[in-house]
Amino acid sequence: MKALESNKDVALTKEKAQWMYQKMVEIRNFEDRVHELFAKGILPGFVHLYAGEEAVAVGVCAHLNDKDSITSTHRGHGHCIAKGCDLDGMMAEIYGKVTGLCKGKGGSMHIADFDKGMLGANGIVGGGFPLACGSALTAKYKKTDNVSVCFFGDGAQNHGTFHEGINLAAIWKLPVVFVAENNGYAEATPFSYASSCKSIVDRAIAYNIPGIKVDGKDILAVYQAAEEAVLRARRGEGPTLIECVTYRNYGHFEGDAQTYKGDQEKAEHKQEKDAILLFRKHLLNEQLLAENEVVAIEKSVEAAVDQAVKFSEESPYPNASELLTDVYVSY
Amino acid sequence: MTRKLSMSGAINEAMKLAMRKDENVILMGEDVAGGAQVDHLQDEDAWGGVLGVTKGLVQEFGRERILDTPITEAGYMGAAMAAASTGLRPIAELMFNDFIGSCLDEVLNQGAKFRYMFGGKAQVPVTIRTMHGAGFRAAAQHSQSLYALFTAIPGVKVVVPSTPYEAKGLLLAAIEDNDPVIFFEDKTLYNMTGDVPEGYYTIPIGKADIKREGSDVTVVAIGKQVHTALEAAEQLSQKGIEIEVVDPRSLSPLDEEAILSSVEKTNRLIVIDEANPRCSIATDIAALVADKGFDHLDAPIKRITAPHTPVPFSPALEDIYLPKAERVVKVVSELLGTPLEV
Repeated sequence: MKALESNKDVALTKEKAQWMYQKMVEIRNFEDRVHELFAKGILPGFVHLYAGEEAVAVGVCAHLNDKDSITSTHRGHGHCIAKGCDLDGMMAEIYGKVTGLCKGKGGSMHIADFDKGMLGANGIVGGGFPLACGSALTAKYKKTDNVSVCFFGDGAQNHGTFHEGINLAAIWKLPVVFVAENNGYAEATPFSYASSCKSIVDRAIAYNIPGIKVDGKDILAVYQAAEEAVLRARRGEGPTLIECVTYRNYGHFEGDAQTYKGDQEKAEHKQEKDAILLFRKHLLNEQLLAENEVVAIEKSVEAAVDQAVKFSEESPYPNASELLTDVYVSY
Repeated sequence: MTRKLSMSGAINEAMKLAMRKDENVILMGEDVAGGAQVDHLQDEDAWGGVLGVTKGLVQEFGRERILDTPITEAGYMGAAMAAASTGLRPIAELMFNDFIGSCLDEVLNQGAKFRYMFGGKAQVPVTIRTMHGAGFRAAAQHSQSLYALFTAIPGVKVVVPSTPYEAKGLLLAAIEDNDPVIFFEDKTLYNMTGDVPEGYYTIPIGKADIKREGSDVTVVAIGKQVHTALEAAEQLSQKGIEIEVVDPRSLSPLDEEAILSSVEKTNRLIVIDEANPRCSIATDIAALVADKGFDHLDAPIKRITAPHTPVPFSPALEDIYLPKAERVVKVVSELLGTPLEV
């Protein structure tokens, strides 16, 4: 695994560094707010929060444009934000309001924005592997250089679709980057129990594709690995598997008491191992951003999330007539 | 110009016409060409599907558009769903409908849900062609008729053609459709020939066809069972009984009006469905008519189906598994209170 120190040679432009820090803070702030709103009973349904894993989504999506696509998971808010989804539309979707990105018909687990290349969060573990192959097949068939990224968790790597999808992408040389977010737990079951391999990346060998394992708390390591994999895919050389070792700060879902986690790990991931604090320190040390610039980003994000909540609160619910639209027929 | 064509020839021709018309149409599935990367195998010798239904497509369209997949139904079915939602118009072949067990999620939770769940932003113009039907001595895992399972899923359309003419026109309509369509092909009908017009034409999905007019009993029959009904109709006609044979052609959407107006005329309903009876299309149509056509009924609704068993292998058992014209004649006679002449 590459450590943060080894990545000081990653050259970020100021503009890129700013974007990356802003997106990380947006995800954290958004998720912390969803956590509060859910605890107050304001939000309906299930929510699975991405806080803690920001470096993965942002480090990868930093290499993508709107024509590149991503598939996501039930823990998809971070992917949406990193791919450019509108915060107002996302929050309103989680509220079930008609102004949501899916008119309130999808909810937290199904936020999609095809204009941004976000093909949908997915409530089915392992659902994304074949889908990423499909959007990559479109790109290959139409001879664009668009890339598909498949984000998935450590729980999904034992699913049959992992194997079917990676094999298909490998034999058809599809432009897919498979990004494992190994946060150590599939729901409440530790990775070490559920996986026959010590690392997810070991499985790349079986499919004869490149694999790289990085510290998923280190955004520069993720950024560097993703750059190589995305370029490889754009060149038509096929898929890559990246394993990002990370941690989720909240439970599997909101309401999870997280009894399976140790106190120490919970604490250290919020302090010395926190991806945002580490990147903030790096930005200041390397003088990529000044303290006042970092603070300005933090303040503007807080205001943007406040605005998203306000927008959602003030938005109407869908009309009853919406029940029967966007599907071909109803009996 | 109309000429005789087999069912499989009609399906093959429909795919060729669709692929000539729209370069976004591709075909994917297990051995739909066959022999990928086998140097000594010239493409004209390629299989074209296990029963040869897709034969000749790879020569005309090449292996970029006729994609042999590994035997990984979840992998390629999911890929077809997202290829469809990102700009292609794939035909994905599920060799036997029984194999849906290996890729149900990709249909049930992915493709069928995208348009609604994403607030109308996604379209999934995919056609799944799949073989079904008993009578081929193919036993329990290759003989089922699982169209009710798909009909139960909102967001997908379900088509079951009974003749070569309809197979061609409905398949072209399915490929043009912007929602996922599951297109059922009875493997025992592939060699059946019939009149098929040349050129491109579509038959609207959701419109039933009256295969034979009659005033005594309405017989709604699905797929191959249309022919069972027509055989029974011939026998009954000789006794002066005229049954009306209604072929729904698509089960989702279902042409309720055609069924109800036929029952209004005949006041009696039989449904023939070779699938298992519980939660079946026969049961669904019976419920429809009980609900919306009760006042027109002069007799109980009868369902003629397979028993609620797996499809047996032994010819001796499989032959009695499927509905037969004799059984239809018997049930019609009972409904009308007409004694059977043996």
